[in-house]
Amino acid sequence: MSTAVAAGGTTATERRPATMAQALTRALRDAMAEDPAVHVMGEDVGRLGGVFRITDGLAEEFGEDRCSDTPLAEAGILGTAVGMAMYGLRPVVEMQFDAFAYPAFEQLVSHVARMRNRTRGALPMPLTIRIPYGGGIGGVEHHSDSSEAYYMATPGLQVLAPATVADAYGMLRAAIASDDPVVFLEPKRLYWSKADWSPEDPAAVAPIGRAEVRRTGSSATLITYGPSLPVCLEAAEAAREEGWDLEVLDLRSLVPFDDETVCASVRRTGRAVVVHESTGFGGPGGEIAARITERCFHHLEAPVLRVAGFDIPYPPPMLERHHLPGVDRVLDAVARLQWESDWTEDGTGRGAGGTEGSGRDGRGA
Amino acid sequence: MTVLEQPGSSRHGSTATGDRPAPPPAWRPRVDPGPLLPDEEPYRVLGTEAAGKVDIALLKRLYEQLVSGRRYNTQATALTRQGRLAVYPSSTGQEACEVAAALVLEERDWLFPSYRDTLAAVARGLDPVQALTLLRGDWHTGYDPHEHRVAPLCTPLATQLPHAVGLAHAARLKGDDVVALAMVGDGGTSEGDFHEALNFAAVWQAPVVFLVQNNGFAISVPLAKQTAAPSLAHKAVGYGMPGRLVDGNDAPALHEVLGEAVARARHGGGPTLVEAVTYRMEAHTNADDATRYRSDAEVEAWRGHDPVALVERELAARDLLTSAYVSATKDAAEEMAGALRERMNADPALDPMDLFAHVYAAPTGQLREQSDLLRAEIEAEGEH
Repeated sequence: MSTAVAAGGTTATERRPATMAQALTRALRDAMAEDPAVHVMGEDVGRLGGVFRITDGLAEEFGEDRCSDTPLAEAGILGTAVGMAMYGLRPVVEMQFDAFAYPAFEQLVSHVARMRNRTRGALPMPLTIRIPYGGGIGGVEHHSDSSEAYYMATPGLQVLAPATVADAYGMLRAAIASDDPVVFLEPKRLYWSKADWSPEDPAAVAPIGRAEVRRTGSSATLITYGPSLPVCLEAAEAAREEGWDLEVLDLRSLVPFDDETVCASVRRTGRAVVVHESTGFGGPGGEIAARITERCFHHLEAPVLRVAGFDIPYPPPMLERHHLPGVDRVLDAVARLQWESDWTEDGTGRGAGGTEGSGRDGRGA
Repeated sequence: MTVLEQPGSSRHGSTATGDRPAPPPAWRPRVDPGPLLPDEEPYRVLGTEAAGKVDIALLKRLYEQLVSGRRYNTQATALTRQGRLAVYPSSTGQEACEVAAALVLEERDWLFPSYRDTLAAVARGLDPVQALTLLRGDWHTGYDPHEHRVAPLCTPLATQLPHAVGLAHAARLKGDDVVALAMVGDGGTSEGDFHEALNFAAVWQAPVVFLVQNNGFAISVPLAKQTAAPSLAHKAVGYGMPGRLVDGNDAPALHEVLGEAVARARHGGGPTLVEAVTYRMEAHTNADDATRYRSDAEVEAWRGHDPVALVERELAARDLLTSAYVSATKDAAEEMAGALRERMNADPALDPMDLFAHVYAAPTGQLREQSDLLRAEIEAEGEH
């Protein structure tokens, strides 16, 4: 199952429609059952089961010592998790909402990210920081930030963002098993997306640092992750009607970054658009575009474009649809790639973008 | 008089008047804060009747560690002048806090020092040279924290306190009777992490002891501009843990108060906040000019309350300060300093490839590329 949003349809006996939220809960449960060192902690994760119910039932099953409600203090939650990791536990911390994680930023940057390094490997930090992130659910201020660029800029952290139900399970298991700290960004608006999924499927376990081609195509590559994957898949379907055959690449892991898969795809298609909700200026797309340009320049037929959120504080919920990159904005960018224009011939960079002429390698056929 | 007994409180039936609303149904004070409040004066042993009851072996041990600690401080300060240390925040004047913190802990316990607490780490058994790695600048932490159960010397203020709470909490969850002792300065008590650590510790009843070394200044800012609390020990009551006030230059008093707090924590009694009232005799670091913010008279007054001299006086009063004992103690300290000086005069062995070795358990592809670049640069340098 490779799409995040899938209809129920036919299901094999062991595969049933499940939501991303359910897959995450199952991942936590399985990890706790397998390893008594795994401790879930955060505000409201106990009796309530988390505000998104991701930790539902864990306190009952494993006791409140292993799934514990903490005082409301994010720096304290993460700071005490550091000490717990020092004593051999594998804390899984919930930050409840993206913007609520900022008070814990100092602990994350000054200690979590660099404890292994400053102690020459003596104090690894095997902890997972789960952050429900991103917009699109009508959240009020401070509930919809895309904060991945801050974490990406911090050496020592792994930064993951699942986009499918199977990955939600497999990547969270991999994050908890990792001996390095993981910022695990859960796209809030995909929590209730469904797919036929079985936790017993070994293919569900996703190695950290590997991107996945979700849709093959030859005209251009849409590079995305997390909440923007369904947008890109929808855009690719829509583009097909106009004769564009788009490849959609799900990064899954922002750190470590999978240059190999990204570059292989872009070298094949010759064109790339990076799509994410985070701001464009100083956002992940700039880094990704630069990496592609450095490595694939001679294969590129057009500049690497970015489709990102505007460079504004996340807007109020009644305006967020104007801010979030949607299918139309992705398709506009694809049109701007102008592979059927005379861009390279007249050197103006202002090609007509018409339908005449032949693209490279039969693109647009 | 406790807070609950203050006149004018509307929360108690005896003083409530008819026109005031009754307290809300669910409200009740959880604990009488009286027992949590610190004494009015810092607790002292030396110079009081209690001094006579201090065990001779302990008194001598404290003395030897104080003399050695003072010598370590002067030696390390000298090393900054010789360019062998990038910086050294001296704990001269505060040695009693450092020594007592190390001596009250069992081997299985953990110490969480701040950047000024090198001495406590060394008194706990750490190699004096490895303890200075951060300050020399060859790496951030020069020792394996597990070896003597000493967390890395922490430069950001108070951020190591929640680590101590988490470690102590984890130990208790595993059924180990391990105690964590975390050290912080007066300035650090203003940080949010101080508050969060104390709150978590009290809610979890974690076996932690917080030792605040109130040396009067956070670099240049005096205590009066740092807090409006009656004392830093008073902060404990708001979290529901006892606050103790102790003379931070009185080593036996510190040993007793910290020892009680450690025992209490070990036996499930929860955390304690100990404020040690002391004074930093030197500047904040060698880069600071203390004459800009405090008077010579103030420094001189504290010189009369020196932690080494206070113990010496007690030893003398008991006829234990023989010239043979004094010179043996000083010789041992001098030997330690000589060895430290000699080892610090050798350049540390640095491997630039270490820059990439410990960022992640396994280096990312990006880091492998960068380490290849650096290796090539170094090899090219070698060819010239």
